[in-house]
Amino acid sequence: MSDKPEKPRVGVYVCHCGSNISGVVDVEGVRDWAQEHLAKDGVVISRDYKFMCSSLGQELIEKDIKELGLERVVVAACSPHLHEKTFRTASERAGLNPYLTELVSIREQVSWVHTDKAVATEKSKSLVAGTVERVVYNTALEKLKVPINPNTLVVGGGIAGIQAALEIANGGFHVYLVEREPSIGGHMAQFDKTFPTLDCSACILTPRMVEAGYHPNITLLTWSEVMSVSGYVGNFNVTIKKKARFVNEELCTGCGICVEKCPQQVVDEIYEAGIGHRKVVYTPFAQAVPKYPVIDAPNCTFFKNGKCKACEKFCPTNAIDFAQQDEYLNVEVGNIILATGYDLFDARRVTNYGYGRLPDVFTSLEFERMCNASGPTNGEITLRDGKTKPKTVGVIHCVGSRDKNFNNYCSSICCMQSLKFAHLVKERTGADVYEFYIDMRTPMKSYDEFYQRVLDEGTLFVRGKVAEVTNAARAEHEKGKLIIQVEDTLIGKQRRIPVDMVVLSIGMEPRADSKQTGQLFGISCSADGWYLERHPKLDPVSTMTEGVFIAGCASGPKDIPASVSQGAAAAARVLDKILQKEVELEPIRASVNEAKCSGCRICNNLCPFNAISFIDDLAITRINPALCQGCGTCVAACPAGAINGTGFSNEQIFAQIDGILTLAPARSAGVGL
Amino acid sequence: MSDKPKFAMYWAASCGGCEISVLNIGEKILDVDANFDIAFWPVAMDAKYHDVEALEDGAILLTLWNGGIRTDENEHLAHLLRRKSKILVAFGSCATEGCVPGLANLSPVSEIFDVAFHTVSTDNPNNIHPVASFEVPEGTLTLPTLRPVLKTLAQVVDVDYYMPGCPPEPHQIAAVIDLVIQVLQGKAQLPPKGSYIGCGASTVCDECPRERNVKHITAFKRIQDVAPLDPNLCILEQGVPCNGPATRSGCNSRCPRVGAQCIGCYGPAEGVLDYGARLITAFASVVDAKEPAEIDAILDGIPDPTGQFYRFNLADSLLRASTKAWKR
Amino acid sequence: MSEKFEPVIVGFTCNWCSYRAADAAGTARIKYEPNVRLIRLMCSGRLDPTFVMKALAGGADGVLITGCHPGDCHYIEQNYKALRRFMLLRRTLKGFGVEPERIKLVWASAAEGMKLAHEIDAFVDEVRKLGPLNWPKWENESNPAEVLEVTA
Repeated sequence: MSDKPEKPRVGVYVCHCGSNISGVVDVEGVRDWAQEHLAKDGVVISRDYKFMCSSLGQELIEKDIKELGLERVVVAACSPHLHEKTFRTASERAGLNPYLTELVSIREQVSWVHTDKAVATEKSKSLVAGTVERVVYNTALEKLKVPINPNTLVVGGGIAGIQAALEIANGGFHVYLVEREPSIGGHMAQFDKTFPTLDCSACILTPRMVEAGYHPNITLLTWSEVMSVSGYVGNFNVTIKKKARFVNEELCTGCGICVEKCPQQVVDEIYEAGIGHRKVVYTPFAQAVPKYPVIDAPNCTFFKNGKCKACEKFCPTNAIDFAQQDEYLNVEVGNIILATGYDLFDARRVTNYGYGRLPDVFTSLEFERMCNASGPTNGEITLRDGKTKPKTVGVIHCVGSRDKNFNNYCSSICCMQSLKFAHLVKERTGADVYEFYIDMRTPMKSYDEFYQRVLDEGTLFVRGKVAEVTNAARAEHEKGKLIIQVEDTLIGKQRRIPVDMVVLSIGMEPRADSKQTGQLFGISCSADGWYLERHPKLDPVSTMTEGVFIAGCASGPKDIPASVSQGAAAAARVLDKILQKEVELEPIRASVNEAKCSGCRICNNLCPFNAISFIDDLAITRINPALCQGCGTCVAACPAGAINGTGFSNEQIFAQIDGILTLAPARSAGVGL
Repeated sequence: MSDKPKFAMYWAASCGGCEISVLNIGEKILDVDANFDIAFWPVAMDAKYHDVEALEDGAILLTLWNGGIRTDENEHLAHLLRRKSKILVAFGSCATEGCVPGLANLSPVSEIFDVAFHTVSTDNPNNIHPVASFEVPEGTLTLPTLRPVLKTLAQVVDVDYYMPGCPPEPHQIAAVIDLVIQVLQGKAQLPPKGSYIGCGASTVCDECPRERNVKHITAFKRIQDVAPLDPNLCILEQGVPCNGPATRSGCNSRCPRVGAQCIGCYGPAEGVLDYGARLITAFASVVDAKEPAEIDAILDGIPDPTGQFYRFNLADSLLRASTKAWKR
Repeated sequence: MSEKFEPVIVGFTCNWCSYRAADAAGTARIKYEPNVRLIRLMCSGRLDPTFVMKALAGGADGVLITGCHPGDCHYIEQNYKALRRFMLLRRTLKGFGVEPERIKLVWASAAEGMKLAHEIDAFVDEVRKLGPLNWPKWENESNPAEVLEVTA
């Protein structure tokens, strides 16, 4: 190994974090040990402090940098993901390049996960030694600055995506809003009333949809999907497939004659949740934005056997175009917001609730459509036969949620939605309503008041998880009814409650393709499949990937107010980035030592960001620093050792390994040959 | 003796190829004679250890040491010649990195002796086994004893320069001799201590004329199983594990030029800590598979990875020997 | 040292997944064996086999390598490259007499603090069973000369 450079002056700072660290680690012991044993590695001062991250703690470091001429700083405290920036900024204030300061995680990796004080202290010393030896090889780095493309891609045209798009567009920047269905609106467009105020969902949503549709700063791309994403924050290149609508948007006026004349009708599994029909040329609903219909080619008679063309014949503007092809658009954007929403839990999976087998068991979405005045029953609440009014309705909460067999999490909206259903049933049919719940969860503004209101309206509440919904009557009064078998845990008794109609409040699930979508955009999912936030509390709309944000139910179940807030929050983050005009990139980059590169081309297939290119004339490889993302794979791969990676160089890691093993017993035992 | 500077060359644990390679420089050897007095070169002229011991420390200007340190005799001579030499050069792969004798570091001494004296390939009808000392009427005869592992010269004594290669190429030896003579004549300066001389700083590919492309290897094969080998295309690209990408340049890519894969005798490139690790990562990088089963199938094409990656460099690698060799 | 053997394990973690999994384990106060010392890399793809060799030569009894799940790499697909290196490295280390079980590759996402803790516990246990590696320092020059061994 090369000789170490002249030892720079290192300061070590060990944080108590109140008692978070010092409760388990002998902080003073670590401090003294570093002072004594790491002096050979350049440590000139070692201190401890109650809260290093406090302004006083930071000032302590700044003072030492100035007065003791520190050239490197090591802070043993919490995870670098929390306070690396804090301490690097403090160092910078004192005139030290920020990249000469390193954090050692002795909280997350030691005091919070271990209990034995002696062992925890020993581990802390090892980690500090590793970082001290490493930091000696740290070099001063400057952040790279690249311009930010002011355009934004918003994926998903539900309420969260619409909100995000409008905020950014109103801020004066261009947005590409991509939605894979023919219209924006998302799930909210399917609902009748919204809790707890009982506003008409469409009445509050459609103005936003229209605004998004006509906004000069929004390019609306419905019936479209993102196919590929490349680039990085500030400079993404996105390919979008605009699926063939078979309707020329330039010519179509949205008059609806084609829909009227289309002879073919199919069950609408998406918008009408399978309880209503639509034509083969259709707009999902009357207020759809954009107004242009699409032809559902797999079901279209013309596409199937070359006959019909009724829509084409009657279209007054010749807008029908059966020859239309999928179109691929390339757009360049600086930031991306994913508001891809959720799927609903498939109620068939809970076989004991009989959905799909017992006709009068409905899902919550079917019930929403049924309540909707523009829905298949024109707002009439009826049994599956479409005419009989129920006299008793049972609403079952937590279907597929809070259940080890399905999803452990709470879907967060079902209690309120179920209460809303109770109110609607009461209001429209006067029927008796039973609510079967495990726990009532009504924490947000005016939610519990709504619960009180529904209680006052006479809805009956049974606390207990429903065991079964059956039509097998055991008594006369059960005949012809659906019987809900449940343990009423408040009275400690099994009950059988006959009802006419059952509504299953089904939970939310991550989109079936959320993993693939995540991979497309370079973000990851948590174990249950929701997108992972950069920080669940402090950075809930950011992801680990710079420039890719998440909003709405993409990161977990949310109600409308929360989704809207998230859409706005993500937009604020994007506007913040756009207004900075350029983005600072971590200067962790690979570069080729051209004198040592032999042009073997081993590394040439390694970079997914196309940062590596081969220069034929010189027979060497080069790395484009703007495209390099700093993963270091090529650094580790170069057989000639000709690629260096800043921030994580071989010398730094080698030294860290040496330092970390200073206290290893094999080392001190001195086995030798 | 004349007042010409003194030259020495010694052969420790190695095959002797390095000694021959010095003669391969042809008439350049006359320059050596013209400029140096041969103080000690057992293979070329008679000399006794005590003659060397009698010299003043630093009396020899240049010693080319070839071979690793396997016996106590090797070690003794290494210390002795270090003391007596101004410039000690680790000459050839054995001295710089252990080379093939270093591969014995994968086996314990007992196994080495067993293989050398008692296997089917050995004709030893009386089952004779060497011992370190043996009593005869005239007194006690001794043989050098083996160390548990072979060491490189630098692992035993301070080394001034390293000259890699198995053996070093004649044109490189000639160039180094020229350089030393020029230094003697005040026309050139010695490189910094610790430098590798007689070689390049890049790798074999740098000097290899074969065409190279982005590599996607779906199978590793032995060279005899690739028929015919494309004479113009990178050998690794044809699936043959060629060590060229990780091996120091200087040989003018001698093997790949004649249709054989580089086996790595010039050792690691400048500044590399572990030669084998470079090959592991290089070969793994070009394996074109994602599933463990597929990867395994491709890697099966390298049946002896330790031998493939450390044929020359084992004794100088980070691990230096197998647990079998040193664990008791 | 106490009589019970406590292995020293060096871990190399990816900045985006497993290092954050360690953070998550900490935040959730999940207790695990203290034998592992983690070194942060930006990606498991940065893992140079040299790091593993150096750790073993320097006194580690085992080496843990962690990265994002296949398909979830922050850098798209670099963890596959880590996987390939890991597999060839284990084969090579076998030739050095290093049991393959001493080198472990674990995929852990940022959310999987619990999984990481469990994997660390299992690994520590496994290495504990294998016993110390105690790679020699190769520094002791004045060792008594080994004699030629006489076979029986």
